[in-house]
Amino acid sequence: MRYVPTTPAEREAMLRAIGVRSVDDLFADVPERVRLRRPLRLRPALSDPELLRYLAELAERNGHADRLRCFVGAGAYDHFVPPAVWQLAGRGEFLTAYTPYQAELMQGELQAAYEYQTMVCELLGMEVANASMYDGASALGEAVVMARDLTRRDRVVVSQAVHPEYRQVLRTYTEPLGVRVAELRSEGGVTPPEAGAVDGRIAAVVVQHPNFFGCLEDLRGWAEIAHRAGALLVVACADPLAFGLLAPPGELGADIVAAEDQPLGNPLNFGGPFLGIIATREAFVRRMPGRLVGATVDSRGRRGFVLTLQTREQHIRREKATSNICTNEALNALAAAIYLSLLGPEGVRRVAELCVRKAAYLKSLLAALPGFELAFAAPTFHEFVVRTPRPASAVVRTMAREGFLAGLPLGRFYRGMRDGLLVCVTETRTREEMDEFVEVLGRVAAPRLRAVGGRTR
Amino acid sequence: MTDFPLIFERSVPGRRGHGLPEPDVPDRPLEELVPPQALRTRLPHLPEVSELDVVRHYTGLSHRNFSIDEGFYPLGSCTMKYNPKLHEEAARLPGFARLHPYTPEEWAQGALRLLWELGEELRELAGMDAVTFQPAAGAHGELVGLLMVRAYFASRGERRTRVIVPDSAHGTNPATAAMVGYEVVTVRSDPRGNLDLAALEAVLDERAAALMLTNPNTLGLFEEQVDRIAERVHAVGAQMYLDGANFNAMVGVTRPGDQGFDVMHMNLHKTFSTPHGGGGPGACAVAVKSHLEPFLPVPVVVREGERYRLDFDRPQSVGRVRAFYGNFANLVRAYAYVRSLGAEGLRAVAEHAVLHANYLRVRLAPYYEIPYDRICKHEFVASGIRQKRRDGVSTKDIAKRLLDYGFHAPTVYFPLIVEEAIMIEPTETESLQTLEAFVEAMVAIDRECREDPERVRTAPHTTPVGRLDEVRAARQPDLRWKPKG
Amino acid sequence: MYPEDYRYSTEHEWAKREDGRVRVGITRFAADRLTDVVYVELPAVGTQVQFMQPFGVVESVKAASDLYAPVSGRVVEVNERLREHPELVNEDPHGQGWMIVVEAEDPSELERLLDADAYRRHIGEA
Ligand SMILES: Cc1ncc(COP(=O)(O)O)c(C=O)c1O
Repeated sequence: MRYVPTTPAEREAMLRAIGVRSVDDLFADVPERVRLRRPLRLRPALSDPELLRYLAELAERNGHADRLRCFVGAGAYDHFVPPAVWQLAGRGEFLTAYTPYQAELMQGELQAAYEYQTMVCELLGMEVANASMYDGASALGEAVVMARDLTRRDRVVVSQAVHPEYRQVLRTYTEPLGVRVAELRSEGGVTPPEAGAVDGRIAAVVVQHPNFFGCLEDLRGWAEIAHRAGALLVVACADPLAFGLLAPPGELGADIVAAEDQPLGNPLNFGGPFLGIIATREAFVRRMPGRLVGATVDSRGRRGFVLTLQTREQHIRREKATSNICTNEALNALAAAIYLSLLGPEGVRRVAELCVRKAAYLKSLLAALPGFELAFAAPTFHEFVVRTPRPASAVVRTMAREGFLAGLPLGRFYRGMRDGLLVCVTETRTREEMDEFVEVLGRVAAPRLRAVGGRTR
Repeated sequence: MTDFPLIFERSVPGRRGHGLPEPDVPDRPLEELVPPQALRTRLPHLPEVSELDVVRHYTGLSHRNFSIDEGFYPLGSCTMKYNPKLHEEAARLPGFARLHPYTPEEWAQGALRLLWELGEELRELAGMDAVTFQPAAGAHGELVGLLMVRAYFASRGERRTRVIVPDSAHGTNPATAAMVGYEVVTVRSDPRGNLDLAALEAVLDERAAALMLTNPNTLGLFEEQVDRIAERVHAVGAQMYLDGANFNAMVGVTRPGDQGFDVMHMNLHKTFSTPHGGGGPGACAVAVKSHLEPFLPVPVVVREGERYRLDFDRPQSVGRVRAFYGNFANLVRAYAYVRSLGAEGLRAVAEHAVLHANYLRVRLAPYYEIPYDRICKHEFVASGIRQKRRDGVSTKDIAKRLLDYGFHAPTVYFPLIVEEAIMIEPTETESLQTLEAFVEAMVAIDRECREDPERVRTAPHTTPVGRLDEVRAARQPDLRWKPKG
Repeated sequence: MYPEDYRYSTEHEWAKREDGRVRVGITRFAADRLTDVVYVELPAVGTQVQFMQPFGVVESVKAASDLYAPVSGRVVEVNERLREHPELVNEDPHGQGWMIVVEAEDPSELERLLDADAYRRHIGEA
C-alpha cells in the first residue's frame, strides 16, 4: 500500500504481540451502529506518474503569472523570489519538522524565527513582532481584538480604504465579542484624519498604509488623534516592502501593525499559504497573540532559543488565551527571513524604489490614454486606481485573452466604482511589458476611440 | 564552544546577496513621486551578506533541526506521518504556485476544479454535505465551525451562551469558544477515558450551543458512546462539533457524519499529510451537514456543468476568517494524497496507524504506566509517574533523554488529565524496525532512570545545545537582536 | 512554615492583617507548585477588589493562575519589586513576595478564610 511500509507478515506478527486476531478486533470499540458498511466512494487511486500528469494538466488550465503578465496586486504581490529562498526553505529539515516544542533539537527553526522577528521589527519600525499569524487579514482581526483587550473599550473605527476582505475578516472576529465597528469614509483615495471620529469610547483607529487603493495615508495625523483620545492606532499593511522606502509605521505612531508578509519571498499560491504578522510595542507584548521566540542560554551558558511567554497561548491559558492560534505559518516566515537576508537594506530599498518608479511610469501612460483617467491624485506606492471607459470587469476579461492580468475591478467591493481598476506594478514588470499593456488596453478597451496613447515616449 | 552566529553577525557593510535589476523607466526625482516627509530616513538594519553566506547560514540552521525526513517523530496528536515528495513537486507547479488569487474565474478553472474535487472526496470521507477550505489551520477551522453554529442559532432566533468541552480537550477548543463569545463549560472524563455521560447530562440544557468533542479523544480512545452522546446533545437542540485532529484513526472505518456530528474540521496537515513546516502552514477543511451549509464562509466553490465558479452571494454566510480562499498550496498536496491512496489506501492508513499504536502500547506496558490500558486508536497516553516516584525523574527528563537516542520526544504533559503524560503517536508510515528501535530506547531510558538518573535529569547531552533556560527567557524577554551601540 | 497569624484562602492566597489594612500574597505551597514565577500581573493602586474575585495573575513558564482577593476593598499598595524580581514569590512567598495591600471594607470577611491549621489540612500537610 502506498506510504504504508508494513508487510503482511509484519502485520500478523504485530497482531499476535497485541493479542488480537485481526485488525477488525482493533476497532471493536467502534459501535456497529456507526461503522461504514461499504467501501468509500472516492475517485480511483492514481499511480505517481498518472497523478503528476493530471495535476500538471489542472495547473496548465490556469492563467498563472508566467502566462498572463501580472498587473494585479490587491493583497497578493508578484515580486521576484530569488531561487535560493525556496531551495533553502524547502529543505526537508525545515519542511517536515513540527512546532519547536523540543527546543534543543530545533535550534534551526527557532533561531530563524528570532531573526525573522528582528527583521520584521526593523522593516516596520516596531519593538516586537511575533513569529507569524495566518495572513494579513486574520492578523488584523486579532490586532483589533488585542486593542479592545488593551483599552477595555469596545468600539473601533475602520477606514473604507482598508482592503475590503480584511474589513470583512475584522468584522467576523469582532462581532461575536460585541465590538462595534464604524467605517471612516475615504475621500480622494485617502482617509483624511478627522478628530471628531475618535472619542473616549474608541479602542482603535484602523487604517491601511499604503492603503487598498495604493495611496499613502497620513499615519502621523491619525496617531495624534487616536492617542489624544486614549485609543490605539492599528495599521494594516499588505506589502511591507513599501517600507524599504517609506517611513515605517512604528516611526509614525502605530501601536499595532498587522501585516501581510507574503510579498517577502512567498509565492502567490492562489491566495495561500500567506504570512500574517503582528508587531507592537514592548509594553503590549503580553496581550499579543501568536508564538514568540526568545533568546536564552543553555546549561553551559551557550546562546539558544526557545518559545517564550507561552502563558498567553491556548495550550496553557485555554479560554483565557489571547488567541486560539496554534499552527501558524512558520515556513513562510523562514522564507521571508531568507528573502530579507538576500536583499539586505540596500535590496529592500531598491525593490521599493523600482516599484514606485515603474508604477509612476505606468500611471503617466494610463493618464494620457484616451478614455482612461486616474481616479485619485494622492501619492501612491506600487498600486493605483484608474477609471476605465468600459466596466473594469469587462476590461479585465478582455485583457486576459490578450495575455494580461490587468488588475482588480473594484465594482465588486465599492458601489459606484464599476469603472475602477486597481492596477499594480512590481519590480518584475518591465518597461516593454508596460508599453505593450497600454497599447493593448488602448486597442481593446476603448474601441470607439482611435487608439493614440500606446506609444508615448 | 562558540555560538552559532546570527545572520546579523555575519553582516559586512557593503556586501550584497541579490541580483535585482536597475530601473528601466525614465528617471524622475523621487520627491516628485513620494512626498519627502513620507520617506524613510534610515535603512532598516538587515544583514548585508552574500548569497553564499545566506546559503551556508540556512543550511547550517537546517542541520540544527529535527524533521520527519531525519527520524521518528512520535508526537502525539500531531500525526507526524511521512510527507511525500511528489506533493512538493505538484504544489510548486507554476500553474498553482504562480496563480494570483484575483485571476478571473475563467482563468482559474484548474484550481477551482481541484478544490471542487477535493471537496467531494472529503465530504464522502466525513459523511458530510458541504465543505469549506478557507481556514488556515485546525484552530481556525474551529473558529469557522463555532461561528456557523452561532449563526445557525441566530437564524432561528435563539441565543445560546455555552459551549461544552471535555476536560481532555485540546486548548484550542476552549480558546475558540471564548473567541466566539461563549462561556466554556468543562465536563470530566469517566474512568475508562471516555466522556462521562452523566456529567454531560448534568450540564446539558438549552443554554448549550455545542459540544466540542474530539474523536478518538486525546487519550487516543474512541468515544464508545458517541452516537448516544449525539442523541442527548441533539435532544436539547445543541450541535455536535468534532475536533477532527485525530481523523487519521478512522478514515474509511467510520464517518463523523454517521456518528452524529453536525460540523467538523480536518487538520489537513495531520491526516492528509501536508508538511508541518516547523509550525505551519497548515491547511484545514470544515465539513458540515446541510442545515449548516447556508452559513459557510464566502466564497464557496460551485460547479455548473463543466465550469467552476466562486459563489459570493450567500446572505447567511458567517463572512470570512481570512483573505482569499484558503491555504491552496497545501490543498494541492492534500488532493495528491487522497488520489494516491484512494478508498482502499485510506482505509489502510487508519488500520495501520491503529495497529502501530497498539503494538507500541503493549511493548511499552511493562516499563511505563499506561493509565487507560485498553485497545487504543492511532495513539495512546503513557505516563512517567512510575519513574517520577521511583527514581525522581520527570517526564520532561525522559523526553529530553529521548533526543539523545535520535528520536523526537512524544507529546508530554498533554492531555492535562493524565499526570506526567507521554502521548505517543507512531503513524502508519513508520516501519516495524523503527518502532522496535524506539521501544529499545524507551526501555533503555527506563533502565537509566533506575541506574543513572542524573544522566536522564541532565539530558540532552548530544544535541546542538543543552537544556535551555526557559525561566530566564520568560523573565527577561529578548525577542529580537539589537545592533550594537 | 505557615504563619499562625495569617488567614488562608482555599485558592492559596494568604492575608495578613496590618491595622485596618490587609497584606496579600500567595502561599509557599502555591509558589512551589507553580515552580519558578516569571511574571506577576497586579492591579493599579486605587483598584477595587472583591472578596474571592480575581485581581491579578501569577505566571510560571508553563502555568498561569488567577489571584483571588481574600478581602474586598481598595488596593492601596502594590509590590512594584515583583516587576523586576518575580523570583521573590518563590524565595520568600510569605514575606518579600507579597503582592498587594488592601484597605479592607469589611475585615470580618477574613473570618471566612482558613486558619493555618485548616490550611495545612487543606493542602495535605497537616
Ligand atoms: C486535538 C487537537 N485539536 C486542535 C488542534 C489545533 O490544530 P492546529 O494546530 O491545526 O490549529 C490540535 C493541534 O495541535 C490538536 O491536536
